[in-house]
Amino acid sequence: MDVPLIELSGVQKSFGPVSVLKGVDLQAFPGRVTALVGDNGAGKSTLIKGLAGVQPYDAGVVRFDGEEVALHTPRDASRLGIEVVYQDLALCDNLDIVQNMFLGREETGFGTFDEGLMEREASETLRSLSVRTVKSVRQKVSSLSGGQRQTVAIARAVLKKARLVILDEPTAALGVAQTEQVLQLVKRLAEQGVAVIIISHNLADVFEVADHVSVLYLGQMVASLEVAETTRDEVVGYITGTRSQGGRAA
Amino acid sequence: MTTGEAERTNASPDPIAGDLIGSGVEGGVGDQVRAWLQRVRGGEMGALPAVGGFIVLSVMFSVLSPFFLTERNFANLMTQAATLVMLGMALVFVILLGEIDLSAGVTAGVTMCIFIVLVNVQGFNWIAALAVAFIAGIAIGAFIGFFVARVGIPSFVVTLGLFLGLQGFELIIIGSGGLYRVQIPEILAIQNSNLPVWGGWAMLVVVLAVSAGTSFWDRARRTRAGVPNRAIALVWIKLGVIAALGGIAVYILNQDRGQSVKAVQGVPIVVPIVLVILWLGTFVLDRTRYGRYIYAIGGNAEAARRAGIKVVLIRWTAFIVCSTLSVVAGLFMISKVGSVDAAAGRDLVLSGVAAAVVGGVSLFGGRGRLLHAAIGALVIAVITNGLGLLNLPAGVNYAVTGGVLILAATVDAVSRHRAGGAILRT
Ligand SMILES: Nc1ncnc2c1ncn2[C@@H]1O[C@H](COP(=O)(O)OP(=O)(O)OP(=O)(O)O)[C@@H](O)[C@H]1O
Ligand SMILES: [Mg+2]
Repeated sequence: MDVPLIELSGVQKSFGPVSVLKGVDLQAFPGRVTALVGDNGAGKSTLIKGLAGVQPYDAGVVRFDGEEVALHTPRDASRLGIEVVYQDLALCDNLDIVQNMFLGREETGFGTFDEGLMEREASETLRSLSVRTVKSVRQKVSSLSGGQRQTVAIARAVLKKARLVILDEPTAALGVAQTEQVLQLVKRLAEQGVAVIIISHNLADVFEVADHVSVLYLGQMVASLEVAETTRDEVVGYITGTRSQGGRAA
Repeated sequence: MTTGEAERTNASPDPIAGDLIGSGVEGGVGDQVRAWLQRVRGGEMGALPAVGGFIVLSVMFSVLSPFFLTERNFANLMTQAATLVMLGMALVFVILLGEIDLSAGVTAGVTMCIFIVLVNVQGFNWIAALAVAFIAGIAIGAFIGFFVARVGIPSFVVTLGLFLGLQGFELIIIGSGGLYRVQIPEILAIQNSNLPVWGGWAMLVVVLAVSAGTSFWDRARRTRAGVPNRAIALVWIKLGVIAALGGIAVYILNQDRGQSVKAVQGVPIVVPIVLVILWLGTFVLDRTRYGRYIYAIGGNAEAARRAGIKVVLIRWTAFIVCSTLSVVAGLFMISKVGSVDAAAGRDLVLSGVAAAVVGGVSLFGGRGRLLHAAIGALVIAVITNGLGLLNLPAGVNYAVTGGVLILAATVDAVSRHRAGGAILRT
């Protein structure tokens, strides 16, 4: 297998006395979809918030393109081309869809916003996600439904060419058709050479899109499996802790 | 209707514009008006209640007092409102963040105490003294910003502390019962001198030209980007409204309102100063990153942080902007009053907050514009002015202003609730 785009080794994170990540290893490869699964509270969101620079790790090494990098702020992550769709979406209700999608990376000309350009790019990206129910890209996010908000958050992550896209339960609030769209998008991103990490509780989705599954159990990576070589029952076993990895590391 | 969707294999946009997402600018004037009405019903009322209040109050006071609708009183209203307009606009920068600066009024007061003592007692050149006053204002803002943005103390606690502390400072500088007269002609001119008659019309022409210029510039830019524009009729309507309202105001202010042989006429000098600051501030808030990030932080600070925005820096500097603009409000105040005493600016701040909130700037952060605060300030000024004409005791004025503030905050909370209805309906 080729070089991983991102490689975590021995990553740790605690909140006060509570140790949430106890030395986690994780890899993601360009052009491949890695699913990160685990029970509620296993530490999945904490793991990816460290990757996003939002909640830096306490210890451990992060390598990007084989080089050790420091991820202390969200800017560090976005500079490397890491885009994240957070579980809690992280949108500003008082801003409209375009403003949210471009937040922190607005297009300017003559020192002021080029609203037309941003509007067009936002519109095109949303269309590529086959968004149909949003009436206007200038709608305030507060007026959107849960699924529409999730779509906006995803659109924000794929707006600019990213090298690593991380989606934390991106389909949790979506209907059947929209979920299918997002899974198609994940595949398309991988085809374009993007490394994708997707967190999901829906194993059917995981088996549909992922090449690789990493299972987190109580802050420890208990299994790392090729999707082609595993079964649903095996993954469930690791998630619930009734199974532990013997010798089947990838 | 998802037939064929799965066949799409790349992220680039589908060239077949079958399901174009709108821009919200489609349709004629009628469609735009309907869309606007829908937003209003949804809780985005903006300055609408304030405009309504202004009209109702004006009609009421015109009926109750024969002096209300005179040219003299109209000019008086402008200059009375100027201080409050400035202070309200200053406060918008922090209220948009969901913060508050209860010390803004005494910041205006204390910096003017410093200014007048430097000029009258220390013999400073007034420009140098003004520079010192502004530096003091910036320092106060930096102090508040440090404790709010870096240390993390709620802004109302920090600024309530300063509200008391700075009053003590005023007493120390001026001395209890002390009073200094303002004798600098340039400062007095702000509120007491007027533009020549032609100057008022020239001002209106400039306002129209700038408004038309930005509208057409924006349209050209949108066209270049390939997105639709609003119906052009809306631009003409906007310009027409500005021309009509501005024309009436300039015409009235250009009438002779003197009480002796010497003619007093023209737009007070403070009006163009306020308009320039209003325009600059609106430009920053609407068209630059700094302004956009203020709104973003007010809406969801964590989302802003995750988007890579330097939240601490922006919070900090917003308090500096507020305090600096408060110094300008202080200048308007002493120009109008003509003197500075140890209580300067003490009664100002709640009216300033009321101005912003009455105008539709949300205390919860993230919603509101500078123009809203200016309109709200006019409402508060009409109340003060009208009640003054009716010879009611000053206590009534305080009670009414306080009541209006609570009423406006209630409207704010209710409309926020309505706008939030959509969030809960997931
Ligand atoms: N900011 C925080 N402060 C204290 N504890 C936290 C914090 N964030 C997360 N935790 C704790 O860390 C653990 C892991 O949380 P995390 O959100 O990473 O779980 P998760 O795997 O994403 O779960 P879910 O599937 O429910 O989203 C939980 O026990 C949680 O209580
Ligand atoms: Mg989670």
